[in-house]
Amino acid sequence: MAGREDWWYDEAAGPLVRPYAMVRGRTRPLRPELHLVTQVRAMPSPSDPDALAVEHMEIMELCRRPLSVAEVAAYLDVPLVVVKVLLSDLIQRGDVVIRDPSRVPQVPDRNLLQAVLDGVRGI
Amino acid sequence: MVSVESERPGGELLVPTPVKIVIAGGFGTGKTTMVNSVSEIPPLHTEELLTEAGVGVDDVLGLESKETTTVALDFGRITISPEVVLYLFGTPGQNRFWFMWDELAFGAIGAVILVDTRRLDSSFPSIDFFERRGIPFIIAVNCFEGAHNYEVEEVRRALDVDTAIPLVLCDARDRESAKTVLVSLIQHTMDRLDAMA
Repeated sequence: MAGREDWWYDEAAGPLVRPYAMVRGRTRPLRPELHLVTQVRAMPSPSDPDALAVEHMEIMELCRRPLSVAEVAAYLDVPLVVVKVLLSDLIQRGDVVIRDPSRVPQVPDRNLLQAVLDGVRGI
Repeated sequence: MVSVESERPGGELLVPTPVKIVIAGGFGTGKTTMVNSVSEIPPLHTEELLTEAGVGVDDVLGLESKETTTVALDFGRITISPEVVLYLFGTPGQNRFWFMWDELAFGAIGAVILVDTRRLDSSFPSIDFFERRGIPFIIAVNCFEGAHNYEVEEVRRALDVDTAIPLVLCDARDRESAKTVLVSLIQHTMDRLDAMA
């Protein structure tokens, strides 16, 4: 039986109760390199599955293939800030690897732009 | 600090380089339509939580308060190769969410500013935003049915944008047309890069 203890959730409680509960009100540290398009990829297996919450495991499952932070938030249907908290846990544990866009500075690499140009032409 | 490089020593775990293009413009100019036309997946939707003050929430303390606002973001994806993935983000409509615009613009290779000739002024804030930050952008005039078809130069004069900024006509609903817009933007970014070299 799932969720009987949730009976007191109502319109007045708002949609924020669950995200807040998912991260147990924890706040920091959020990894500064977690931007919208930062790529996240799960390691083949979590270091200690018993220590992970259901939401962590969902992220591990989703990120078997690389996904952006924004995609993870969209697929889990939770606000970005919540995903960033959960991902910060997983990075800390070494369960995911990331690549953030600050490696693509305001003046990006010409080869990268050429690759994007060719790619867009090819779709 | 823990290294967060893309690959383990064996190199077997590839993490692509993300690239971002922002699709900006006023309300109803066709931003989500354009994302939808070229994205390989149906546009995804996510939300960021902002406090009443419009400042980004970097913690979830206080999220239970009703003073919080959500900013909706719609975005699409084009996988360029196993090494590179392109994301297209539409800007949120309400101009008061500037915090979100900064996050959207961060690291972007450029922006497409969509313009509806019936409401040119709705795109002025977008133009100002990208001009001030020195982020490459082009203007794409979305040719809505029933709208008077202006000449490109008329629109340019009305928007008061420099001749160095490409201005193209498009139909945001049409995949090929939307592709052409993206190609124009990427070429413009490359031209600017070459000019600086």
